[in-house]
Amino acid sequence: MIELDNISYGYGGTTLFSGVSLKLAPGSFHFLTGPSGAGKTTLLRLCYADLRASVGQVRLFGQDAATLSRDDVAIIRRRIGVVHQDTQFLDHLSIAENIALPLTVADRLTEAQDNLAQLLSWVSLGAQAGQTPPELSGGERQRAALARAVIMSPDVVIADEPTGNVDWEMSQRLLALLVELNRMGKTILIATHDIAMIRSMKSDVQARVLRLKGGQLIQAGSEL
Amino acid sequence: MKAFMSLFFGDRLADRAVPPTGVAARLTVFVAAAMSFLAIFALAMSLTAGRVASSWADDLARSATLRLPADIDQTNEALRAALNVLQTTSGVASARVLEAEEQRALLAPWFGPDIPVETLPVPQLIEILPDDDGYDAAGLRARLQAEVPGAMLDDHGAWREPLMQAAQRLRVTGWSVLALIGAVMAAMITLAAHASLAANAQVIRVLRLVGARDAYIAGAFVRRFTLRAGLGALIGVVVGVIVLQVMPQANVAGGMDMDFGFVGIEWIWSLAIPVLAAIVAFAATRYAALRRLKEQT
Repeated sequence: MIELDNISYGYGGTTLFSGVSLKLAPGSFHFLTGPSGAGKTTLLRLCYADLRASVGQVRLFGQDAATLSRDDVAIIRRRIGVVHQDTQFLDHLSIAENIALPLTVADRLTEAQDNLAQLLSWVSLGAQAGQTPPELSGGERQRAALARAVIMSPDVVIADEPTGNVDWEMSQRLLALLVELNRMGKTILIATHDIAMIRSMKSDVQARVLRLKGGQLIQAGSEL
Repeated sequence: MKAFMSLFFGDRLADRAVPPTGVAARLTVFVAAAMSFLAIFALAMSLTAGRVASSWADDLARSATLRLPADIDQTNEALRAALNVLQTTSGVASARVLEAEEQRALLAPWFGPDIPVETLPVPQLIEILPDDDGYDAAGLRARLQAEVPGAMLDDHGAWREPLMQAAQRLRVTGWSVLALIGAVMAAMITLAAHASLAANAQVIRVLRLVGARDAYIAGAFVRRFTLRAGLGALIGVVVGVIVLQVMPQANVAGGMDMDFGFVGIEWIWSLAIPVLAAIVAFAATRYAALRRLKEQT
């Protein structure tokens, strides 16, 4: 689905990472860990064509990301749900409208009527549907971001520090939702620096844990 | 065409994706209103100039004047000779001696209404109306020179041409001003659209992240600016038309009316201004939006 083949990325004369290869197979579950500033978010952005690799090839659903037009990228992004650390909402819209936004831009708004209530219930936000993002707590926003990421029924869900701004209990709830999505056949890639959280999930899901450190992507070892 | 049709069929939530407030939005309404207000006057000037040029050309080309010398003793004899020449000239439909009352009316603007023209050495005037084929002015002048010495044939060409040229220049100036107003409005709306796009960079980023195409994002801005420009232009036109209606009308000496404004079917043009403003805004915003989105890749 998503393949990174020997890629490098740098800016301003500095190489953030190099020789990185990664293959996300359908239905797989990956954790991406590493220290702050290692390039986890950058690597995720390469996976949904928000950035272009300096060297190497990124293939998204069989297409070379370097050759995609802006419209092609838009279509690809409808197959990849992204949960951002800072949630990225439109603050003047209600949370229900924000969650339905991917359907709106894809001209599939009529589907929202069926899916939205179900999805709001799934992330326990039914009562907050009419509120705006600033009126929600950090955990509620993260759950809303997850709902928005999956409303298009994407093949891949990418989450960047989804538990970064929430307490332990809420992080477990969010991860349980991601595991549930994986059981439904979705490919999951989660970037996190929270090793304890990864350890807590080991019994629930068969996940591959990768570590980005010193510009290299390696299989995580004994620390887990 | 598809992009233009989406102006009227765009969905409500898509429009709401862009925050409804902002200086750029208010600026667009104001600029469109101000420019349309000016456009109404430029258009009125142009149409009035065209109407006046046409009226002057018709009025002056329709007649000529024969002026006999102001020698009272010889006037009657000269008058008979002149009328004889005119009545036997091919192309002259009629020749009419101006009455004392008419001569008095012509002189009234300079000497007042009670001037005793009968006792003054005032030249006698004969109004000549040509038929459809017209007469040979050079030939008529030669005959008059021979048979009525001192008679002056004035076919109004000497001052008709400069007047028509002036009116024509005024008309061209009016259209040029209209074109300039359109260009200024396009430039202002482009700047406002750029400002709005810059202010909504985060909105654009979110829309892109959830899979919005450039045309969709541009459409949300284009609809907003086009409709606001149309609304602003409508306001400007309504105010402009009201001002035109209350303006005093001029009446040029000599009986040539010069009603500044629109007459009859010309009013249609005023309705075209909001539509044209919306088209200008549509093109300017779409160009600005697509260019800006390309730069933000």
